[in-house]
Amino acid sequence: MNDFRSRVEGERAYLLRYASLQLRDPHAAEDAVQETLLAALAGEASFAGRSNLRTWLTGILKHKIIDAIRRLSRESTTMDLEDLDALFAEDGHWVDPPAAWSDPDASLEQKRFFAALEACLERLPQKIAQAFMMREHLGFETAEICKELAITPTHCWVLLYRARMALRECLEKDWFGKK
Amino acid sequence: MMLSCKEVTHLVSHGLDRRLGWFARLQLRLHLAICDGCTNFSKQMHFLRKALSRLAEHSPKP
Repeated sequence: MNDFRSRVEGERAYLLRYASLQLRDPHAAEDAVQETLLAALAGEASFAGRSNLRTWLTGILKHKIIDAIRRLSRESTTMDLEDLDALFAEDGHWVDPPAAWSDPDASLEQKRFFAALEACLERLPQKIAQAFMMREHLGFETAEICKELAITPTHCWVLLYRARMALRECLEKDWFGKK
Repeated sequence: MMLSCKEVTHLVSHGLDRRLGWFARLQLRLHLAICDGCTNFSKQMHFLRKALSRLAEHSPKP
């Protein structure tokens, strides 16, 4: 028992780093890790027979992170996604067809680009941001996202679509348009 | 039947979440071959995924 406790405790630093990368709120990250460690110690029996402690703990942590994302309320500067439809004319053609972004890969080398991206992500409506981050950042399959957020697959596709459309608009306006 | 640009944006997004059927892929390819706006859009969607996958590296260290 004590051996298990110290092995779990030994993963704390790794888990904290993992949670911090996903949550960017040090307190929320700390809480998620704490909850994970407690859940792990309480659930030692369900670990029995599995080979990799870190993988098992990370699995628990992912769910704690999602809970935390749920809890973190969004600021009021949320984007208005009603105007996504205004991007297209009635016949489904672009009103203003997207132009190529100049050398996007170079942006991936710039810290300021990621700051702009994060600012755009923060402005997404909460549920859309949750679905999108679960998909693209945590690498969940859409089936898992639907289950977690208790929504239908169709609703899930729509949320992901709206997230991508909104982020494209936001990056174009705040980053690629300004270069 | 040709897809509209709006339909293409939905298909491109879907394609990032599951494998599209052969007919959808064919329709998509036919549309992208003649539409610069949607071609740019499609590249930007794939870029978005790449950017998100690298977001963690650029976050402040804990």
